[in-house]
Order: sequence, then C-alpha cells, then structure tokens
Amino acid sequence: MSNTATPKGATGPHAKDVKPEPGKGGGLAGWVDDRTGAAKPVSYLLKKVFPDHWSFMLGEIAMFSLVILLLTGTFLTFWFVPSAGQVIYNGSYVPLKGIAMSEAFRSTIDISFDVRGGLIMRQIHHWAALMFTVSITVHMFRVFFTGAFRKPREINWVIGTILSLLAINEGFTGYSLPDDLLSGTGLRAAEGFMQSVPVVGSYLAYFIFGGAFPGEAIIPRLYTTHVLLLPALIVGLFTAHIVLVAVHKHTQYPGPGKTNDNVVGYPMMPVYMAKAGGFFFIVFGITTLMAALVTINPIWLYGPYDPSPVTAGSQPDWYMGFADGALRLFPGFFEFHVFGFTLSLNVFIPSLVVMPLLYGIAGAYPFIESWVTGDKREHHLLDRPRNAPTRTGLGVMAISFYLILFFAAGNDLMAIKLGLSINDITRAFQILLIVVPPLAYWVTKRICLSLQRHDRDLVLHGRETGRIVRTAEGSFFEVHQALPEHQRWALVQHQSEKPLQLTATVDANGVRRPGAFMERLRGKVSSFYFTDSVDPVTPAELAAAHHDGSAHEAIEAAQDDVGQGWVGQLHGGAEELPETDAYTPHEHEHEVDPDPTTAR
Amino acid sequence: MEPTGADGGDPGTALGLDQGHTEGGGGLPERFANPGLPPHVSRSADLDEHAAHRAERQVAALFGISMVATVIFLVAYFAIDQNTYRFVPGIGQANLSNVVLGVSLGLSLLCIGLGAVHWAKTLMPDNEVTEARHPQRSSDDARAEAVETIMAGGDASQLARRPLIKYTLGGALGLFALPLGLQLAGSLGPLPHADLSTTFWRKGMRLVRDPELTPIKASDVTIGSVFHIMPEGIDKSHDFLEEKGKAAVLLMRLNPDDIKIAKERDWGHDGIVAYSKICTHVGCPVGLYEQQTHHLLCPCHQSTFDVTEDCKVIFGPAHRPLPQLKITVDAEGYLVADSAFREAVGPSFWERG
Repeated sequence: MSNTATPKGATGPHAKDVKPEPGKGGGLAGWVDDRTGAAKPVSYLLKKVFPDHWSFMLGEIAMFSLVILLLTGTFLTFWFVPSAGQVIYNGSYVPLKGIAMSEAFRSTIDISFDVRGGLIMRQIHHWAALMFTVSITVHMFRVFFTGAFRKPREINWVIGTILSLLAINEGFTGYSLPDDLLSGTGLRAAEGFMQSVPVVGSYLAYFIFGGAFPGEAIIPRLYTTHVLLLPALIVGLFTAHIVLVAVHKHTQYPGPGKTNDNVVGYPMMPVYMAKAGGFFFIVFGITTLMAALVTINPIWLYGPYDPSPVTAGSQPDWYMGFADGALRLFPGFFEFHVFGFTLSLNVFIPSLVVMPLLYGIAGAYPFIESWVTGDKREHHLLDRPRNAPTRTGLGVMAISFYLILFFAAGNDLMAIKLGLSINDITRAFQILLIVVPPLAYWVTKRICLSLQRHDRDLVLHGRETGRIVRTAEGSFFEVHQALPEHQRWALVQHQSEKPLQLTATVDANGVRRPGAFMERLRGKVSSFYFTDSVDPVTPAELAAAHHDGSAHEAIEAAQDDVGQGWVGQLHGGAEELPETDAYTPHEHEHEVDPDPTTAR
Repeated sequence: MEPTGADGGDPGTALGLDQGHTEGGGGLPERFANPGLPPHVSRSADLDEHAAHRAERQVAALFGISMVATVIFLVAYFAIDQNTYRFVPGIGQANLSNVVLGVSLGLSLLCIGLGAVHWAKTLMPDNEVTEARHPQRSSDDARAEAVETIMAGGDASQLARRPLIKYTLGGALGLFALPLGLQLAGSLGPLPHADLSTTFWRKGMRLVRDPELTPIKASDVTIGSVFHIMPEGIDKSHDFLEEKGKAAVLLMRLNPDDIKIAKERDWGHDGIVAYSKICTHVGCPVGLYEQQTHHLLCPCHQSTFDVTEDCKVIFGPAHRPLPQLKITVDAEGYLVADSAFREAVGPSFWERG
C-alpha cells in the first residue's frame, strides 16, 4: 500500500477519500462501491467455489425454468384477458368463428393465432412449466437419496418441499386460465373436491367460486393467484432457498481430497459464470425448441368451456396426475350417510388430503431420520445412495407409491391403447398401490446391500483384469488388479452406522423412567434402519485379503454379520496383484489357494 | 498435491497395497485415510496451442450460429404470415411461423449456452480449488451476546414489569387481522342456501336437445339412441352456464323389459328414461353411453353407472346413483318433465343428506 508510507496529516483532511491505488476499481464500479461497499461481498461471491456434478444441475434447471416462466408469463399478461364474460368469436381461427366463449378463451386463441410470436411464447411458457415441475421433483429425489437434507440443511429441505407444492398449484392455476373445455372440466372437478370437505364444503366452494359453478369470479381470481400471489411466494421462498445454499456452501460427493470441512470445485469467476450462465441459455434454448416443434395444450382443438360436453381421455398436466390417479383408485364405499349428512371421504381424502399428506411426510423426513439416528452432526459430504440402504429403500417406496397413482391417472388411455378392460386395469392399480411400495422398499434395500458388498469386493480383490495366468505347477488363476488409492477412497470413506443401543427402561430403583416408551420405539426404528449395515473395508481387512488367500475369509465372515455364503465364492482361485505388478510376473504366483472347494 | 487428511487420519499412515503390513493388523489404522486430491490431468488445449486455437474457433462458431439464428428470427417475424401452414418433416402440417420463430430463437439461445460451456470446459482453468468450511453455528460469545441484547431490550422496554401493556398489546395484535380476514372471507361469495339442491327443471318443462334447444317427441327416441338434454328456456336464464352445469340430462331409450327397477320404469315413458348427466363423484359430465350394456361411463374418473338398474354405480369411485328425472309426454307428444329433480344432482356435499 503506497499511502501507508505517507506521514499522517500530510495528505490533508480528505486523505480517506483518496484511492490507495488510483486506476484500480475506478470508473463506474468505483462509483458504486463508494456508495455501497459492494467490492468485498462481490469478490467473495466471485471467488466462491462450486463443486462439479451433473446432478447439481437439476436444481439449476428448476431455477432457470422459473426465470423463463417469469419472462414468458409477463409477455402473455399483455394480451390475456382474465374475464369469464361471454363473447362471440370472430378472429382468424376459422373453425371457432361465431361460437360463444369467454373473453379468457378468446384472448388465448388470439395469442395463439393473431399475436405475432404469441403461440411460441405460450408454448414456451407451458413447456417451461412442465420442465419446472419435473426438475423440482428430480432435484428433490437427488437431495433425498444423497442425504443432502441433513443438518444444517433441514430448513432448506422444508422450503424446497413448500416450493414444490406451490409450483404444482401454480401450474394448476395456470392451465385453468384459458377456460377451455379440458381445463374447465378440471375446475369442475376442483369444485367437486371443495364440496366434499366435511361440514363447510358447499360454503367453501361458493366462497372460492363466488357463487355457483362456474360463475364469472373464478377466472379473475385464478389470474391474481397465478400472476401475483403464488409467483411472489415462489420467488420469495426461492430467494431464501438460494441464499441458504450460499450460506451453507454447496454439498459435494465423497471423493479424494473432499472432506466434510472443505468444498472442492471451481470458482464462480470465470468458470461457473460461464458454465451456469451458459446452462441458462441451454435450458432456454431447448425449451424453445420443444415449444417450436411439439404442440402443447392446443386449446383451439378442445374448444371453449361448456359444462355439458366433455372429451374422453380428460387428464391434467403430469404433476397433478398423482392426485387424479388417487381419485380414480379410491373406492366409492368411503362415502357415508350419517345423521342426515353426507361424508364424502371417497372424494375428500384423495383430492384434498393425499397431496398435503405426501408433502407433509416429505417435509418431516429429515427430522424423523435425525431423531432415529440421533445424528446431530453437520453433513456436507453426500451419501452414496447405496450406503444408506434403508433411506434409499424408503425413498424408492415413496416414489413407487407416487408413480402408481400417477399411472393410474392414465388408466383410460391404457385401456384404449392396450385393448384391456378399464375395470381390470383399475383393480390392478388398486392392488399394486398396496403391494408394490413395500416390495420396492425391500428390493431396493437388497440391491443397495449387494452394491455395498460389491464395493467391498472391489476394494478387497481389485478389478478382474481378464488375464489368466498358468503357474509352474499347472494351476490357473485370473490376475486381479488392485484399485488405485484415489479410486478406492470413494468406496471406503463412509462411516457405517450401527443401531442405537437401548438404555435401561427403569432407573436404579426399578421405576419406569419417563420417556421409556419413546426410547424403545426409537431403538426399534434405529435397528430397522441400521441392522443390515455393511461396513466399509478397513486397512486391516485389505491387508489380510491381500496377504493370505484363505485366512481372509475368516476375517470377512466374522465381520460381516449378514454375509450369507457370498464370502469364499468371490476369491476363488484368483490372486490380487498390486497395481504396479498387474502385468508383470511376480513372486506370489505360487500362493494360489490349493483348496478346490473354493474354486469357481 | 497435498493430502487434506479428512476424518482425522494422518494420510501418511495409509498403506497402499504394495506396502505390506504388520502381522495381526498391528500398526494399521482403523480406517483408510483420505488420499487428497488426485493429480491434475491437463487437457489438450492446456498443452497444445493448436488445440487451444481449435477450441477458440469452435466457441466462436457457436456464438456465430447464434447471431445468424437471431437474424433469421428477425426476418421471419416480418416475412412469414401468422397463419401459414406448411408440411414440416417429422411434424406434419404445422404453423410455419411458429416453427421458424421457435427454431431460430431456440438455436440463438442454445448456441450461446453451448459456446459458453465449451469455452469453460476447454479453455478456462480446470484446476480444482479448495475452500474451507466452518461450522454453521455462531460462537458461544456471539450467542450469549444476542441473548443478552434481547433480554436487555426487553428489560428496557419494561414489558415484563408492565403487564397491562403486555396483555393489551397481545390483544390488539391478536385482533387486528380479523377485520382484514373478515372482509376477504365475508365478501368472497354468497351463501349456497339451497342452490346446490335445486336445478332449472320444473314440472311441465319440455326436454330440448343440447345444444340446438329443439324439443323432442317420444317417437324421435329410438331404442339404443341417446340424447343430450337441457330444460326448455334455459337459454333465457340469467345464469346460463351455472344452470347448464346442474340441469344437463341424458335421455336414453331401452327395451322396457331390460329395465330391472320398477321406479325407473315408472319415472320414464315407455322405456325412455332421463338421468342427470352430472357425475355424483366430482361433477364431470357423464359423457359415454355404451349401447349394448346400457352402461354410462364418466370419462374423468371412470365411474360406471348401469342404466338398467336405476343408474346405480357398478364400478369406479362414485358412490351414489345418478338422479333420475321423472318424465312424461304432453298433449303434442313432446317429452316433458313430470317433476323437478327430487334430489340434489352432482357431487356430494355435507348437507345434501
């Protein structure tokens, strides 16, 4: 610093205003910094490190889709007329000429046929909405299966869950706006959902629709909800979401050099500026290409809404599919007539309970898991899904439940396309909904445990090189090549979890301790989570496996409490070689296990 | 390349496979140690100036394509008529303006993105950088200070010492939102009263075709046919769509012998029966009539009603049968309603009974 050498006072009373190094940070940036002090936070942000992984782009797709939605949505508001007032169409789309329709429908038709570039904007908006909801969902899966929701990120998981719920409702209010036959039928059903609410249903429906269905109030109300209320909530919560990501710093996958105390990756400036900035244009570009080449929501084919007609194959957008599927599967005998009142649980539960319930469970999951594990540590290293077999199993169970509801919403189309009975398909879905999720849990957990054992096998015995060697004695073996240290690390770095030990349920005087029931429950759930854990290979095990072809089996069998006869089949007549020796003759070749029972 | 020593282990004690070990596991660490960042592998553009130039040209070409696509968009915006339809390979007949504008805009955006990413991946530094993390929690001192500040502020405000202020403040803050909430909830919509239980149908109203609104003679309705019906005069109603949403009716003629329920036959006319078209599940129009089996199917959630058995539910999520409209013929032979609907049509609600 040049000015430190100057004697104090010599520069006069305005010394503080003088730039230490004139020329740097001058100009506009200097002007702004003089007034905001932004240089420090900006340089902090520009130096911020982001880890590289394809799965981290899922959240980015959601973020960029939101930007695209805001841009194209603003465009659409300049022409869309949110009114249910009836008019006679006289625009340039000939098949609808002379037909009575709402102003909302007419203006949407006008955007599609009379506003230049209007159709492409409408289609980008709709495709981006689908992209938004898909990417949020898959991003959520990624966060769940890698355990990224663990401390300190529980709040962000809850925010994300709320965002996801808001996003699908934003989508519903959006596709209901054009007042076409399909979306109007959806609104008709939505009114039926509201009526099914016990005690206050008809009041709720009349308040929301401003009277009898369809009325003229619902379109403007949906419009305000769609362009103001929900976007404000979504943008606000999204901002909180991304600020928390910055505060926590990004999680990273385990790997060499990556620890719980660091972030390894590339700096914002210039690498992520180019990569993430470029990715925005890629997402926008691909969305636009889809909008150009694949027609979506052709409302001119559906026609304006009329309560009497309906089209076969009526389906909501994909993200509402699970709720529609739940409605199709929930049996009618859940409607009860008691004391002169009607309790329509066959509608109320699938339409208005299932969605908040599923999202509620999802939002609560981090707290449930940390209660079970008793884990209060911060986690910045992600789990490989196989290393958390129970969590992964539960996640796949939830997804399978969701997917069956989702596909059930297409039971009519399946019946038509596959030439099957709609009744059989619906029955089958009802059964699958109960049978598949537990099965999916069990299968997934078994696959995870097998993959973990495979990791162990790979570390202990190395890769099969395919090179068969004949020894001087005439026996054969395949040369195995040890994993290099940097590759091995990812397979051995995780901590294995053990079930919590149950503490005494009575105190020294034999009196039941308060909370003993919860502790016993916790012990049970904990053993459900962790009893089957497969431990990572330790250096001692590796050394033993390498050193002695027969004795290592005893070590493995003793340490792996769920090993069911797999040990011993793996090693066979093979012999591991250090990486450097893999292709060179060496002195261990005579140590081939002579016991023929262990040979493959 | 400096090993960072992850979970407390000194990377120096990690043993490679080729290092051997002490018998019995003695001298081996319990866990493997983090080997640290792998050695950096240079890209061809890092080592070879030609490769770097090639990457530069590729990035520039992508940005160039983007500019060309933008120009195509600008030209096409004015040059292509809004409603020109042409055959587009792979799509069929398509709106030319939409396809050209969309593809050019898409390419213009996509190529910027691809160029930037290619630039980052080939030419920008790819040395991984390590940034330290710190625990999220504040230091104990900072926490204590925050608590102290809050407590001191509370004391200074004398809130605890003056319960009168505390309780009245609580009351005022608790109540102030009520007027706002009441204003919203109270003005959103009218009360339903008996609205959901009544329809436009009255005794003596003619059945008219939807949407032509022409009356139907009993002789027009042949066995196996189905008509979409509205009450006469519904187009004069002030709330046309609202009334339509409740009054829609399906008219079918069955062989009277096929009708299994006496009430159904009595409420019909010579095998002609009229049922509400509004599904008792969530209110979709029950639009599909299966002539051979006399089943009505709702296309929304596949509730199936058997017309030969007073439209009781034989499959699907609905619970109640479709309400029947009692009909007869007037002096001129036209079908008329013999009474209004005797029960509420459409989806269930609490007070419908």
